[in-house]
Amino acid sequence: MDAFISGAKAKEARIAKQSKTTEGAAVPWVEKYRPRKVDDIAYQDDVVAVLKKCVSGSDIPNLLFYGPPGTGKTSSALAVCREIFGADGYRGRVLEMNASDERGIQVVRSKIKEFARLAVGTTRSDGKPCPALKIIVLDEADSMTGAAQAALRRTMEKESKTTRFFLICNYISRIIDPLTSRCAKFRFKPLAADVQKRRLSEICQKENVDIADDALDALIRVCEGDLRKSITYLQSAAVSFRGATVQVGDVDRMVGVISDDAVHLLIKACRTGKFENVQTAVESLRRDGFPAYQLLSQVFDIVVVDDELNDDHKAAICDKLGVCEYRLLDGADEFLQLMDLGCTILAQYKTVNA
Amino acid sequence: MALWVDKYRPNQLSKLDYHKEQAEQLQRIVASGDFPHLLVYGPPGAGKKTRVQCILRELYGAGAERLKIEHKTFQTPSNKRIELSTVASNYHIEINPGDVGIYDRIVVQEIVKSMAQTQQVYDSGSNRDFKVVVLTEVDRLTKEAQHALRRTMEKYTQTCRLILCCNSTSKVIGPLRSRCLAIRVPAPSDQEVVDVLNQVCRKEHVVLPPALATNIAKKSFGNLRRALLMIEACRVQQHPLKDDQQVVEPEWELYIRETAQLIIREQSPENLLKVRERLYELLTRCIPPSIIFEKLLKELLISCDSMIKAAVVASAAEFEHRLNRGSKHIFHLEAFIASFMAIYKRHLEETLMAL
Repeated sequence: MDAFISGAKAKEARIAKQSKTTEGAAVPWVEKYRPRKVDDIAYQDDVVAVLKKCVSGSDIPNLLFYGPPGTGKTSSALAVCREIFGADGYRGRVLEMNASDERGIQVVRSKIKEFARLAVGTTRSDGKPCPALKIIVLDEADSMTGAAQAALRRTMEKESKTTRFFLICNYISRIIDPLTSRCAKFRFKPLAADVQKRRLSEICQKENVDIADDALDALIRVCEGDLRKSITYLQSAAVSFRGATVQVGDVDRMVGVISDDAVHLLIKACRTGKFENVQTAVESLRRDGFPAYQLLSQVFDIVVVDDELNDDHKAAICDKLGVCEYRLLDGADEFLQLMDLGCTILAQYKTVNA
Repeated sequence: MALWVDKYRPNQLSKLDYHKEQAEQLQRIVASGDFPHLLVYGPPGAGKKTRVQCILRELYGAGAERLKIEHKTFQTPSNKRIELSTVASNYHIEINPGDVGIYDRIVVQEIVKSMAQTQQVYDSGSNRDFKVVVLTEVDRLTKEAQHALRRTMEKYTQTCRLILCCNSTSKVIGPLRSRCLAIRVPAPSDQEVVDVLNQVCRKEHVVLPPALATNIAKKSFGNLRRALLMIEACRVQQHPLKDDQQVVEPEWELYIRETAQLIIREQSPENLLKVRERLYELLTRCIPPSIIFEKLLKELLISCDSMIKAAVVASAAEFEHRLNRGSKHIFHLEAFIASFMAIYKRHLEETLMAL
């Protein structure tokens, strides 16, 4: 008997130890501070209001969340599921599928349909009541093929007694119309600076990060409303500058913003009106490994406010910027596109001086 | 006998020759035990891979250097069997999903996910409870494959960290970028290349004349790998090294230069036919078409009047873009040559008329 008890104790101790190691293990802050409850979701007030009603027992519609990355779409969907079904019942009642799962038309026909068909009870595993529903979360739905989306249409309607669908995507234009019309749509806005700042300062406080106030502002500015990005960078900054206060310059270097000097180097070379200068400038930018895509947006920022150019010139340059951006996204060579852009800017400055 | 490039590759962050500040930062990140997903980018030959290997060694000790090559086979939904070779140690696995073309999504779904789901066996050698998946040439991944990575990266952070390598982040989708700490590895400056060359030569007991060193540094365009290969080629060619020694350039570069000269010499349909043969020759030797474009453009620009340079660049940019959209490379290369010939000839005639 004693042996049995001590054995159990040892087991307990082992479990305790295990849970301790997982707690102490390095969890990225993005996961650590991911909102667990609907209430915790920052900034998306109208979405939260609707979701709260869903949790408190009113009818749940099919939902479609869309918006830029890092605004809390996946977090909200999972938080709702967790609150409705509890952490335990969650597993049996929620089917989460994302782009890392095979979800061609075959999967929609078999797996999703099978799951949608199952009926479930109205009590959770802990005895509390919950709606007799299952939820299928389709994350990154915009990467599903049109055929697979079309296969969902009738399934969504037919199984509406037992199943709700949460679709999550970045671009609503890539979801076919018949699906969007079956869902309540919610747009997730990029987070406002002050909301982000509050979140980040909270995390800073909990994790003992020493960061200068203007550095925090700089961080928020470059992340453009993407909270996940800013938390990732905050953690990296905290780790790599441990013990010292994080300054503005550190943040800039860390997040891969191209320094203003480098961008001005290109503009200046265009101003000289010499083709060779443009070529050397582009080559040196490439040697420094600056991504051309980022460069385009920063060139845009400078050109738009340049007093030397009149509206026609700016229009010509912006036109080329658009063409280059499109080509880059298609996978065109960066050097050639930047040269092309450089030539256009050069030509515009030339007409100014003439 | 190993090439000098491999022989003198630094294997610890503290031994890196340049970007020391960044190396220290990486060291602190590794030492803290907390380790974000990394996105390492920079021009070729700048030392991205070297840094990744150093990080792995720093994380797991010498065990990360015992590598074995594995061949993994998997099946596509259309029942095609595909083989992919991976390089792995006990702690990490290195995959180049671009090797399998359009099936890269399945690689990510099958191999990366199964790697990520299995937990690292705890052993005393490493005190990490995650393993690392290194994906190279991420910019060659299709959009679908990149989407497939998104949730995998978040869901399995407990057991797995990713290091993504690429030349430029332009082709990496935003959601992936927002999940990673981006690390830019700029190419070394010419002076830094010279320093490294000197150091290697000293270890090899070869006397390196300064003029040759600067010449090689200039010709390598900040590509350290290329510089080291060049110096070794010089050493094989002639020992001891001489000040004014010819630096061996790759044959295909000379070939492109000759092609450019041919184009400048005469602009006619017959000549275009000759050029086409040379282009085929280059393509069959597996020179990537975008590199042909770039080199050819640079060579052509040298002998162009500054009036038409902008037009030439614009047409090169346009046709190179089309080449990426299309599938038959020769069409677009030839279209560029033809349009260059037209621009060049028209300009020549106009200047003659003006006289």
